[in-house]
Amino acid sequence: MEATQETGNLTGIRQIILVLSGKGGVGKSTVSTELALALRHSGKKVGILDVDLCGPSIPRMLKVQDKAVHQCDNGWVPVFVDQEQTISLMSVGFLLEKPDEAVVWRGPKKNALIKQFVSDVAWGDLDYLIVDTPPGTSDEHISAVEALRPYKPLGAILVTTPQADKGGADEEKHPTRNLLIFLKMKSCYSVVSFAFLYCKVEESELDKQGQLNCGQPSNLASSYISVPNTSK
Amino acid sequence: MEAVPQDCPGTSSAQAGRGASCQGCPNQRLCASGAGAAPDPAVEEIRAKMRTVKHKILVLSGKGGVGKSTFSAHLAHGLAEDESKQVALLDIDICGPSIPKMMGLEGEQVHQSGSGWSPVYVEENLGVMSVGFLLGSPDDAVIWRGPKKNGMIKQFLRDVDWGEIDYLIVDTPPGTSDEHLSIVQYLSAAHIDGAVIITTPQEVSLQDVRKEINFCHKVKLPIIGVVENMSGFICPKCKNESQIFPPTTGGAEVMCQDLKVPLLGKVPLDPQIGKSCDNGQSFLTEVPDSPATLAYRDIIQRIQDFCGLHSSKEEKLISC
Repeated sequence: MEATQETGNLTGIRQIILVLSGKGGVGKSTVSTELALALRHSGKKVGILDVDLCGPSIPRMLKVQDKAVHQCDNGWVPVFVDQEQTISLMSVGFLLEKPDEAVVWRGPKKNALIKQFVSDVAWGDLDYLIVDTPPGTSDEHISAVEALRPYKPLGAILVTTPQADKGGADEEKHPTRNLLIFLKMKSCYSVVSFAFLYCKVEESELDKQGQLNCGQPSNLASSYISVPNTSK
Repeated sequence: MEAVPQDCPGTSSAQAGRGASCQGCPNQRLCASGAGAAPDPAVEEIRAKMRTVKHKILVLSGKGGVGKSTFSAHLAHGLAEDESKQVALLDIDICGPSIPKMMGLEGEQVHQSGSGWSPVYVEENLGVMSVGFLLGSPDDAVIWRGPKKNGMIKQFLRDVDWGEIDYLIVDTPPGTSDEHLSIVQYLSAAHIDGAVIITTPQEVSLQDVRKEINFCHKVKLPIIGVVENMSGFICPKCKNESQIFPPTTGGAEVMCQDLKVPLLGKVPLDPQIGKSCDNGQSFLTEVPDSPATLAYRDIIQRIQDFCGLHSSKEEKLISC
């Protein structure tokens, strides 16, 4: 089934945002989840599309890993995270027979599923659809952006860390920025994960809040970097 | 490679040459004739090339950012400290090649010789190959689909003049996809000693790592063991240990017990590891008395013992 603008499933979505990073383990899924929760808190209806087929983290983060998806006339019904149905989620995690089952697919098969995820999930009306991506700059990213392009995504959130080989101190040369240029996407914001870290001291020195730090910031973050919005 | 259609079903798929997206592809007739399903001749060529390589170790993880490249780099450094051993480090993370930077080789280029591509040497006995050396600039993004990545990996195995090597370490990207299938497929005739699987203590990592372990079982890849990285953080000021990634489900230890795979060791989070990697230096020599260095060295020894045990078994079989 081709994804066209006449297909109903994405026409009820006001804004589509992708969450990207060239590097793994920087916090994309965490940021996607936190963003969805924050938007819900401000009264918005949010959907999350998890296109990380090899390592789908979002179901567990939202404690819905044991749920299953159902079919309806328009395709798959996404899993609702709450009774009020304010956050819905689609992930390959829901299609696995066992949670530890590995999805060992080459690019073409992954591309086919991503196209289906974009066109065949009955999202209904949403204020935001957040698309969480896997690490890398490959099939999933190209396919997701191509499938979403007719629906004019708002742009991308880049997640990075201060460490030089992950984020890059020179904002002009950020490798993920190259990915955005390749995909012809606008960057909305950049999020720097793992920016600060403090240690906790022994329990005997706990303060009233139940935790205390000895005030020593770790050198995990030597500096906080900020990558400004790129213009199209 | 350039003419592969966007929705190529794959040359070994049942739809090869027959799918709608195959129309107009220059390889359509070849695929439809079933030639694509025949064994790739490269497998045999690679087997011949790998005859001079004694031990092959893959470093895997389902999860990104857990320290595969960091571990691969330091495994290579650790093994190469014995100057009588030849060590090679192959980086098949095509999209995010971290190894050149970690080994202090950013900006280096690969040279061609009559016998193929020459790896870039860090030390006389430690050679490195990565797509990073083929890029115009370290900041170029490699945005390739699966078939093109597979072609690159084939070339790395077949066309690099590795020479006589004691240990070939292969650093992989996160996941269980093209790169992983390709490396296992291309090395299938050449025999891989095993895989070292890297994780961090939290459940979000472990759930991806369990999939990776299942992948290894599926493709019959022996597992040397699991390494738990970022296992505790020791504050440089007060020396207290904090759990940055709390093992809410028991960490790698419980996972290894459940899945009956060996736990090679736990490496604490030392900020100086990241710093050494950024500067392209070996953390093992820069900070020799860190608890993380001791943990690494212990794990490297266990990997050597595994490989040694395996080669003496092979020798017994041959001599029988």
